[in-house]
Amino acid sequence: MSTPIISARKLRKVFPGKGQEEVVAVADLTMDIEEGSLTAFLGPNGAGKSTSLRMLTTLMPPTSGTATVCGHDIVKHTAQVRASIGYIGQKNGISPYQRLRDELQSQGLMYGLGRTESTRRTDELIEALELGEVADRRAQSLSGGQKRRADIALGLIPQPRLLLLDEPSTGLDPQSRANLWEHILQMRRRHGMTLLLTTHYLDEADQFAERVLVIDRGQLIADDTAPRLKATLAGDWITVTVPTQTTTTAAEVIRTTARSSGARDPEPDISDAGGDSQRLIVTVDRGENLLPVLIRDLDAAGAQVLTADLDQPTLDDVFLTLTGRSLREESQTVHTAEPTMTGAPQ
Amino acid sequence: MSIAADSLHVFTRELKPVLRDPFQLVFSLVQPLTFLALFGPLLSGTTGQPLSETFQWFVPGILVMVTLFGTAMTGSNLLYEIILGSHERMLVTPVSRAALLVGRACKEMVPLVVQAAVLCLIAAFFGFRPHIPGLLLGLILLAILGMGLGALSYALGIAARKEDWIFWAVQQTVLFPLMLLSGILLPLSQGPHWMEVISWFNPLTYLVDALRVLVEGDFADPAVWQGGIAAALVTAVGLAVGIRSMRRSL
Ligand SMILES: Nc1ncnc2c1ncn2[C@@H]1O[C@H](COP(=O)(O)OP(=O)(O)OP(=O)(O)O)[C@@H](O)[C@H]1O
Ligand SMILES: [Mg+2]
Repeated sequence: MSTPIISARKLRKVFPGKGQEEVVAVADLTMDIEEGSLTAFLGPNGAGKSTSLRMLTTLMPPTSGTATVCGHDIVKHTAQVRASIGYIGQKNGISPYQRLRDELQSQGLMYGLGRTESTRRTDELIEALELGEVADRRAQSLSGGQKRRADIALGLIPQPRLLLLDEPSTGLDPQSRANLWEHILQMRRRHGMTLLLTTHYLDEADQFAERVLVIDRGQLIADDTAPRLKATLAGDWITVTVPTQTTTTAAEVIRTTARSSGARDPEPDISDAGGDSQRLIVTVDRGENLLPVLIRDLDAAGAQVLTADLDQPTLDDVFLTLTGRSLREESQTVHTAEPTMTGAPQ
Repeated sequence: MSIAADSLHVFTRELKPVLRDPFQLVFSLVQPLTFLALFGPLLSGTTGQPLSETFQWFVPGILVMVTLFGTAMTGSNLLYEIILGSHERMLVTPVSRAALLVGRACKEMVPLVVQAAVLCLIAAFFGFRPHIPGLLLGLILLAILGMGLGALSYALGIAARKEDWIFWAVQQTVLFPLMLLSGILLPLSQGPHWMEVISWFNPLTYLVDALRVLVEGDFADPAVWQGGIAAALVTAVGLAVGIRSMRRSL
């Protein structure tokens, strides 16, 4: 295995809280990220996702622990780390006082690209992210989604080896999200970029990330591919309804079939489904293979299957299994509103 | 990358909004012009001197005022860039913290010199006749002062990043006393002695005095080098404090 592009050992960040109580934002994070991979940090508000990225990008030093990014220590060699990475923060990277075209150009120069190359990449990104109409307007007047796309463009200017993205698609409409992902994946293919991102969107982590790190209250609570997480932690649910008088027979068949497929808990949950029928639910692995077998077995045993349903878990179910709380409920409180300001900016 | 090249990139970035909307500069001339138009004649009436002679004494003070008010607000731009997030992005670029401050502070010189030049031109219509080489040296001193004041304003903006009202509170508290205790509007020699004593500790006093002798072409007056030292001191302190703040500005 090649040396990991990010290697964190017991990375910890403690914020002094109001009064005496301190906040452990990140607790002993240990992980290795392989070069070229796409990894998602998944967790509810306040889990410590942004704080983790901020330590890795040298924005804040860890309270304890060590990490290297692109081979450089994040505390001792901050300049080398910054020269090797790109970062799209959770807040807006574009200044309200600037125009996007100017801002992209400056960004290129600050990454040492030179004038011609900066201009070339500026034009390319404005075109790719469909920002042509707003590129020469003061950014104050851009819509939330336009600002977010502008942030993405700013992060992509350096074409870094490693790009860290903090909730890149929050606030984007589905069309822009799709477009954004298409562009990010294309950049990744073209430049072999490594991506580490945080997200609340379960489907995004599910669809694009090769590896999902679930973080909750500063703790890394799971680390695997999305399909494996779902299979091992949640499993598929098979739900069948049968006439009430065949319930016992059906339960027996389900128990046997599920057990022979290796299910951890082959005992079906039974509940009343109304209309003189009962509902039986069992959790299994690879439900899509088992469901036809089960229907055949039930039929053969004389339990007539009235309805059959297969539910495959989402990462939300994984999260629920891990913490007893639903990620989806918590993330509904995500605020995308801009910070309020008092006083008058000049 | 060198700090000079980095600072240049930051300087250029900061200058862009000004170049895109030069009207901003015109608008910020309203306050000093109001002082020239309304306070000048009042002063002239009180002293019984003609307006042209009053301006010869008054305009240098107004130029220092432009420097003070023009640069003191600049920290609020950084403050809102910190609050909204663009500063965080800049902090992750390879540009050094020092360059982020120096580039911004250097930019302060540009609008200030342009504004001062326009003001002198307008005042010339009403009889202001500065010694040109003297005025040019005066503008250089003001540019240095403006850089230092800008750096201090940035430091204040950074200090207020968690409670942004602090920035405005300090502004309100500090600016007017600084202005009144430098003899910009009225000569302090005519006030109570304690006021004059306080003004000795106000670097702006020395700039006002230097500008007043420079527009007369009186290069040999000790007020000139005293003004130079005051401007250099403000800038040295400003850059030191500013760079220190920039290092912990998240
Ligand atoms: N600068 C700070 N000072 C004090 N506490 C902080 C600071 N930054 C973060 N925290 C706290 O650390 C914890 C983790 O915050 P963090 O921003 O890392 O969460 P997150 O996972 O990114 O959440 P979200 O999904 O809402 O963005 C929170 O309890 C937060 O209040
Ligand atoms: Mg966050």
